[in-house]
Amino acid sequence: MTTFDRSTAVVRSDRLYRRRKLLNQAVTGLMVLAVACAVVPLFLIVFYLVKQGVPGMSVHFFTQDPAAPGAPGGGVHNAIIGSAIMVGLGVVIGVPIAIGTGIFLAEFGQNRTGSIVRFTIEVMAGIPSITVGLFVYSIIVLRQHHFSGLAGSVSLAIILIPIVARITEEMLLLVPRSLREASYALGAPRWKTVLHIVLPTALPGIVTGIMLGLSRIAGEAAPLLFTSLGNEFYTSNVRSPMDSLPTRIYTYATGPYDSWHQQAWAMSLLLVAIILVISLAVRALFGSRVTVRQ
Amino acid sequence: MAVTTANKPERPALNLRNRLKPGDWTFVALTGGSALIAIVLIVGLFFELTNQAWASIHHTGIGFLYGTTWDPARATFGAWPFILGTLLTSVFALVFATAIAVLVALFLVEVAPGWLSRPVSYMVELLAAIPSVVYGFWGIFVMGVFIRDHLGPVIVKSLGWIPFFNGTPLITGLFSGCAILTIMILPTVMAVSRDVISAVPRSQREGILALGATRWEMIRIAVLPYARAGVLGASILGLARAVGETLAVTLVIGNSVNIPHNIFAPAYTMASLIANQFPEATGLQQSALIEIALVLLVITFAINVVARLLVWRVTKGQHVVVQE
Repeated sequence: MTTFDRSTAVVRSDRLYRRRKLLNQAVTGLMVLAVACAVVPLFLIVFYLVKQGVPGMSVHFFTQDPAAPGAPGGGVHNAIIGSAIMVGLGVVIGVPIAIGTGIFLAEFGQNRTGSIVRFTIEVMAGIPSITVGLFVYSIIVLRQHHFSGLAGSVSLAIILIPIVARITEEMLLLVPRSLREASYALGAPRWKTVLHIVLPTALPGIVTGIMLGLSRIAGEAAPLLFTSLGNEFYTSNVRSPMDSLPTRIYTYATGPYDSWHQQAWAMSLLLVAIILVISLAVRALFGSRVTVRQ
Repeated sequence: MAVTTANKPERPALNLRNRLKPGDWTFVALTGGSALIAIVLIVGLFFELTNQAWASIHHTGIGFLYGTTWDPARATFGAWPFILGTLLTSVFALVFATAIAVLVALFLVEVAPGWLSRPVSYMVELLAAIPSVVYGFWGIFVMGVFIRDHLGPVIVKSLGWIPFFNGTPLITGLFSGCAILTIMILPTVMAVSRDVISAVPRSQREGILALGATRWEMIRIAVLPYARAGVLGASILGLARAVGETLAVTLVIGNSVNIPHNIFAPAYTMASLIANQFPEATGLQQSALIEIALVLLVITFAINVVARLLVWRVTKGQHVVVQE
């Protein structure tokens, strides 16, 4: 009697154990499936960008302005230059404000004022980029009565500021306290310590932040739609409407011509290649886990 | 409270009266000035958008939020179809992206060895580096075609008996918008979930393993309850991103001002309506579109605050970088 009972118990626990193992394997399988779901789109995007984009990358793609709609040939020289100018100007406008804010938060931000600024930066980071475009439209474009590359740069700068400010603060806080103390001990005032000791030490991290911010705003189209508008012709005048890669991709993607689509693939490839190269370079150089998020 | 104050004086406190020399005053003024610019920008943004939207707020009143007709020619502005479109696409994306992202995060933290987990983690994060407009373009020409020819018919066949799931799959439509948003917010949710899950103490895991639990039992009993609030925060951060996403959705959602009657029907989100109609809008329509932007702003603001509170509650004490 006792032996019989024991054997059913063993069989039962054996069955239970097998079921638990099976469930465990099923969940592991699900995880692998999820990883596939997450990684496959990346491969598909890169694959199609290369497959469809490489044939479009001819010399005239880089050197000519757009041809008449539907006509073959032409390039996106104006969009490449326009993007470079607006992103560059956006960095020039945004980075000083961002670094100043970052320094303020790291050095003088341990109080109520600091919390308010930090909260503002968080809010700023969460704002949809299209609303930034509308804001700049209404404060610059409406007042000046014309679209301009400058307005585009301002909206890109507004998107850049929270990204760089947060990273600057974090990088400054990573600088060892002993370094500051050594500087104070030598009689250096606060501002000299920050500018000559803390900032140079944190510089690689801050540069990383700027590069990440740059690659983020390089891909933004939504804030440019109502500010820089786009331009069929090459211009380096920031007071006139200016073309950019993302807005031109948008225009070409919605258009009916095959030549447009081909150039849109090539532009997408160019844009993603630039962003990925920056992102990979940053990771290779600094090995940090900070990454760019669009 | 005592603990927080004890941890605090890592950084020298700002004591204006005693410590600061003239050079320091200038320095505080300069850096504080930049911080002030940031504050002025945000306040200005809210103020300016409210100001521009005032004509529309005055014209339509509260009915703006639940009106179902959007007809600029007759000056009728109801934003409900777009609010609904935004909610449907974002919540769909939120549910699917969270499910996938949590499984991926669990795989990275609990299952995969280091040589595998680092590249996979990096690849998923790379998804976040692709610009919105490229997603949209790819969405039309690759994903949309796949949905129309393969995925859509399968869904209609297997789930068509559920009222909202019938219809004709098209390249662009509500479902394409949902799918592209799922891919786009996946990296955000995954990265934060991964950080939150790795923040679960090791002893917690070891304890339950010592009791003979399998890996899944360990995850279910020891890891997930501990990480739950943080994962929720992560997915809400993803939601905030999905709600504000513009061009990718504009390109694939089909753009129709009517309320969608099935999952493949064309629709609009708030952001995509603005992107599409603002360039041609004048007068009252322009004001109404800016009012939509204002509603969008308030929604993302609220979502962000909730998400950050949640993430902060869980990771308090640990340093977890939460990035957009």
